[in-house]
Amino acid sequence: MMFRIAARLVTILIAVGLAACGRNTPPADSATGPELVVYSSRIEQLIKPIFDDFTKETGIRIRYVTDEAGPLLARMRAEGENSPADMLITVDAGNLWQAAELGVLAPIESATLKANVPPALRDEQGRWYGVSIRARTIVYASDRVKPEELSTYEDLASEQWSGRLCLRTAKKVYNQSLVASLIVALGKERAEEVVSGWVDNLAVAPFSSDNKVIEAIDAGQCDVGLVNTYYLARMLADDPSLAIGLFWANQQGEGAAGRGVHVNISGAGVTKASKHKAEAQRLLEWMSGPAAQFDFASLNQEYPVNDATEPSALIQQWGSFSADTMPIGEAGRLQGEAIKMMDRVGYR
Amino acid sequence: MTPTPQRGVGAAVWLLRGVGLLAVLGVLAPILVIVLSWSSEQTDIWQHLIATQLGGLLANTLTLLVGVGISVSVLGIALAWFTVMCDFPGRAWFEWLLMLPMAVPAYVMAFVTLGFFDFGGPLQSFLRANIGQAYGSVDVRSELTVIVVFSLVLYPYVYMLARSAFLSQSSDTIEAARVLGCNGWQAFFRVALPMARPAIIAGVSLALMETLADFGTVAIFNYDTFTTAIYKSWFGFFNLQAAAQLASILLLFVALTLFAERRSRGGRRFVQGARLQHRFRFTVAPFTAWLMTLVCSLVLLLAFLLPVVQLVSWAVAAGSAQLDRRFFELLEHSLSLAGLAALITVALALVLAFNRRQKSRLSAIFGSAQLGYALPGSVLAVGIMLSFTYIDNQFLIPLQRLFGMTPAPVLVGSLLTLLAAYWIRFLAVASGPLESGLERIRPSLPEAARTLGASGGALVWRIYLPMLRPGLLTAAVLVFVDVMKEMPATLLLRPYGWDTLAVRIYEMTSEGQWQLAALPALALVAAGLIPVIISIRQSRH
Repeated sequence: MMFRIAARLVTILIAVGLAACGRNTPPADSATGPELVVYSSRIEQLIKPIFDDFTKETGIRIRYVTDEAGPLLARMRAEGENSPADMLITVDAGNLWQAAELGVLAPIESATLKANVPPALRDEQGRWYGVSIRARTIVYASDRVKPEELSTYEDLASEQWSGRLCLRTAKKVYNQSLVASLIVALGKERAEEVVSGWVDNLAVAPFSSDNKVIEAIDAGQCDVGLVNTYYLARMLADDPSLAIGLFWANQQGEGAAGRGVHVNISGAGVTKASKHKAEAQRLLEWMSGPAAQFDFASLNQEYPVNDATEPSALIQQWGSFSADTMPIGEAGRLQGEAIKMMDRVGYR
Repeated sequence: MTPTPQRGVGAAVWLLRGVGLLAVLGVLAPILVIVLSWSSEQTDIWQHLIATQLGGLLANTLTLLVGVGISVSVLGIALAWFTVMCDFPGRAWFEWLLMLPMAVPAYVMAFVTLGFFDFGGPLQSFLRANIGQAYGSVDVRSELTVIVVFSLVLYPYVYMLARSAFLSQSSDTIEAARVLGCNGWQAFFRVALPMARPAIIAGVSLALMETLADFGTVAIFNYDTFTTAIYKSWFGFFNLQAAAQLASILLLFVALTLFAERRSRGGRRFVQGARLQHRFRFTVAPFTAWLMTLVCSLVLLLAFLLPVVQLVSWAVAAGSAQLDRRFFELLEHSLSLAGLAALITVALALVLAFNRRQKSRLSAIFGSAQLGYALPGSVLAVGIMLSFTYIDNQFLIPLQRLFGMTPAPVLVGSLLTLLAAYWIRFLAVASGPLESGLERIRPSLPEAARTLGASGGALVWRIYLPMLRPGLLTAAVLVFVDVMKEMPATLLLRPYGWDTLAVRIYEMTSEGQWQLAALPALALVAAGLIPVIISIRQSRH
């Protein structure tokens, strides 16, 4: 009895397995034109619509795998020149800088990309280009905090915010890049004082996500926090009555105090191992163009890198801001130092 | 006198050994890659870690292990003993209901618990609004909560293994103990518990290995353990070498524990009695009986009902737009991968178990196949990826060049590699129930069969497999459910387009959109229930 069931189960499973294998066998490259392979740490929901549009326009098909940047980079390195990847898409300049350092990205010279992507948001050698901007700034409980009380990232370390600050974990690369930008703007010593002041001001232990920080402010656990703007935009899209305000940090003042909001990017680069560099470059250029820029901005409420494209209506209510002009690659270079600093002052 | 004479079965034994060695090789290759990381020095990171965090991380990890170890043992053994040996209201229901929590992935349990109980969650908001500000102002992200979450999802490992051990213990033994003057408690502590020890230890060590290697769950609570240091070295400092070095320390720790456990078990073996059909249960006082019902209900409520209700409410809130064709594709991928992997893994684990039963000098080597489970998923996934890319780059691609084909990786990104990753990781899970099942088969049985002329295949097919049926089923269910939940290896090694439910959950939670992860998580739980229910039905006849 049991063996008959087992035998039937085996047959079914093998049939399913084979059918599935067969269905996913890639068609020959030459018959249908080139096909690009993308390794992406941006998730499917945020890249597939853009790829679909690209394929519609150019006939170039795209396959992709999504994973975190670390494992994807390890895989690209191991595969070396035999890697099937044509493009790497990832979030945070730290990851892009690291990919360039490891030598898996090829330099690309393109007038279109130079025109569309501001210099601070791309690699000097053209190995990676930003495709969307993510601003990390201050959010506050609009019933308990007046915007006039807020000024800079540094100020959040001052006495007045004692027991009122919420932060996301230091393990998230967004915070590591932010601290790296503090190191660039203020120097190591002062930066460490600021981060240590943040830790002293914490209302509760750091959270695992930006959403949780916003929820905590909403629930009254704390009054101010630091988040990427699109998290708030998403939550406002679901619930417009949320009493959370957004404040653009470091807009006024002399020198470091007026350096602007810390921005980071999601970006992409063509791989060294790519066998379809021309097509991959075309995809990259296309991603910096108006259609894709609009998609990037509207799918995830981020800011476009290309000034020709407007941000989504929802986030235009926050007005425009001036951004920190630190070359974004610096965040990658200083990431290790930033982590060590956060570990030293006990920012978990 | 050895139970298995060497003559007459030469070819079969060698085939068995060959397949077994191949399976072990598969497990050892990625581990070797990780151990080889010591060939380079990473003094900078080590100094930093030792100076700042390492002590605290070790203390945290140890606390977690002790806490989880104690609570899964108590929960698993007590619940198994209640449902197998005692009569209380609802017993027949709880017997199988209590297995359900194992279909809930730990990371899902974590984000549901936090979503419901945390400061901003519905419970505390309700308390603050209706009873008073002071009653709903607790930060639940504490050590205790982490331990409770792990225990609620991991106790079924102990429960299932202990239950099948208690079930297969003959009532004769317990009756004999009673006749000799033991009361119920004494019968439990002095007879049943020692006899079930191999199964219980197998279950507890699975739970502990899972705790030790976990990253996703502790990350949700921002609770730092040893794996935090591993991931910090890799994702923060981009130093895979240092991460692998740290991981190999974890591995050494687990290897030593496994070794000590085997030594302590020594040559003792507990065999089952002849009469299985007769089943007796203790009658307990009504008060105690209702107390048992209460305990079982409470566990079920916290470990299964609450998370499911919370997931359903999130899924409903997120709308039905998610229920598209893509969703069913993900479901199909999850199911077929888990099914295939369960078959392969159980088959290989069986081969390994038979090999170890041969008691040859190789048996220690076969035992090392369990180590795959002890590594954090991502680290093992990278080890597997590195070793398979090595084969690709060194052998298969030159071969392609030789035949004039366009060189492209063959193994990495293929279904074969992903399945290999699954059995490399989950051999330990399948081995637990199989080996403890095999140990309880009294040697005189196959010996008698031999005397009656059965040998080799017939012996396996007609004696071992039927007698191992509960163990085989448990093993298959555990692997099936674990593969469905598995994340890092699936992410890194899946062929293009083979996205699964776990991948979708990762993508949603990585963006902090836990509500959108609810539907795939719910599907994962539901799909995980199917094999659990099948095994329950099977174990009834």
